[in-house]
Amino acid sequence: MPASSLNAEILKQDFPLLGRTVRGGKKLVYLDSGATSQKPTQVLEAERDFYENHNAAAHRGAHQLAEEATEAFEGAREVVASFIGAQTREVIFTKSATESLNLVAYSLSAAESPIQWRPGDEVLLTEMEHHANLIPWQELSKRTGAHLRFIPVTDDGELDLTDIDTLINEKTRILSFTHASNVLGTVNPVRRLADLAHAVGAIVVLDACQSVPHEAVDVTALGIDLMAFSGHKMLGPTGVGVLWGRFEILESMPPFLTGGSMIEVVTLESATYSLPPKRFEAGVPNMAQAVGLAAAIGYLQDVGMHAIARHEEDLVTSAIAQLETMPGVTVLGPAGPRGGALSFLVDGIHPHDVGQVLDDDGIAVRVGHHCAWPLMRRFGVAATTRATFYLYNTHEDVTSLISGIRRAQEFFGTSS
Amino acid sequence: MNLEKMYQEIILDHYKHPQFKNLAPMVSGGVEVHHINPTCGDEVTLRAQVVDGVIESVTWDGLGCSISQASTSVMAGLAQGATVENALELTAQFLLLMQGKGVSTDADEILEDGIAFAGVAQYPARVKCALLGWMALKDAITREPGEINE
Ligand SMILES: Cc1ncc(COP(=O)(O)O)c(C=O)c1O
Repeated sequence: MPASSLNAEILKQDFPLLGRTVRGGKKLVYLDSGATSQKPTQVLEAERDFYENHNAAAHRGAHQLAEEATEAFEGAREVVASFIGAQTREVIFTKSATESLNLVAYSLSAAESPIQWRPGDEVLLTEMEHHANLIPWQELSKRTGAHLRFIPVTDDGELDLTDIDTLINEKTRILSFTHASNVLGTVNPVRRLADLAHAVGAIVVLDACQSVPHEAVDVTALGIDLMAFSGHKMLGPTGVGVLWGRFEILESMPPFLTGGSMIEVVTLESATYSLPPKRFEAGVPNMAQAVGLAAAIGYLQDVGMHAIARHEEDLVTSAIAQLETMPGVTVLGPAGPRGGALSFLVDGIHPHDVGQVLDDDGIAVRVGHHCAWPLMRRFGVAATTRATFYLYNTHEDVTSLISGIRRAQEFFGTSS
Repeated sequence: MNLEKMYQEIILDHYKHPQFKNLAPMVSGGVEVHHINPTCGDEVTLRAQVVDGVIESVTWDGLGCSISQASTSVMAGLAQGATVENALELTAQFLLLMQGKGVSTDADEILEDGIAFAGVAQYPARVKCALLGWMALKDAITREPGEINE
């Protein structure tokens, strides 16, 4: 077993849920962190501490608690900013990555959008997008008349950049794509695509849901304009996501949700809006969740993002190597280097049935189309079984997965 | 609850040898429906021919897991030659079975192989799979003849 500089067995003890059993006393093997991660005690305690000791509406009220709540919320913003190499004022708290992407697509097609949409304009996406980075653009296309185009995916699960010079052209106004595929594990060449898109004046949006939790991400180095990710996939609470944007871009964008907290002056007829980030945070914000997310980032940083990335690579490499020796099992996606999402097919057994047998052994995987239905069609399958790994997974978990798949083959009589 | 209880032999048999899984050509007065389970992408196309309140034929094609395929196969067997009224009653019984609500005392008799799916009710995520073909049937036999519907 190659050495990795984190001890998952020990980290696991910080996650109360990972100690439970399922399906009549089976030890839980959680391989679904790509859908949502489990939470360490440190995060749960941070949220609880906020409610027990500092809860009040941030940015309102003259009392001490309101000050403390504001400090806690704004402190969380600083933590997120430094985690991704951004300025604090560039970090917007949303409810999720889905909301962040909707915010961008709505704002960039609103009446006061910085983009003056013209007939024939194009928005470029890829065939491997999660529905959250597809449907908001379909809606934008209805509002603006923009034409959606897609970078195709090769049989190996990589972006096919053969025609990239025509796909990115002077009509391209927005390029939005995923950093790492939630289905195939593919890691896309962000800098290269961003530079090409910038050369034609397009705005570059990155879906970083499957990268920020797993590797060190620096927004400046990536050369992008806007980026979305979710707290719950990186040990943080549900109900908090992030939209990062270069300040000049954010400053040029009209608000998405409107109401309290995001205004400068309001009359009965009209209102003027605060500068970012507040312009995009209408209402009493998700303070406890932001505090929990900051605690999650603290936890990830203590373990070390490089150690986490190396650990997951180790697990996924070992899992692929073992899957590839199994008759009737096909791994989708690139051989490597790749992210930790591992989709596979088992001949003659539908993913639902694979998942059911694994579940019977206490192994939690995701089955289905993974909110990437067009990508499933691209590969001519209705669904896949997907295992995803995180810092608390062990080589023993990989072994359980492999024997679970073998059991499914025996159960359905497809093993040769 | 263990795997063997859920995946009864009958279910695995129907999965491996699905009945009526071969779309009959559309004839005038026939109905075709297409149903999708949006959480997993499983799909079924079903053609039914109803004459004077009697289901003369049900054929289908589909893509999906063992539960959805086997359940559609069982459904098609039960529906052949049944009256629309009986088929709707069967569907209602099967739905009750899936909701774990207890079925009428003669359920074994009327649901025949369908009773093998009782264990599926223990797995809420799979209930929709078991219902896919049945819901397609219900849709098809309550439509006007000649409709082709997505
Ligand atoms: C690549 C990708 N984008 C977007 C999302 C949406 O994230 P959320 O559901 O947290 O808004 C997900 C989560 O499933 C994802 O994996």
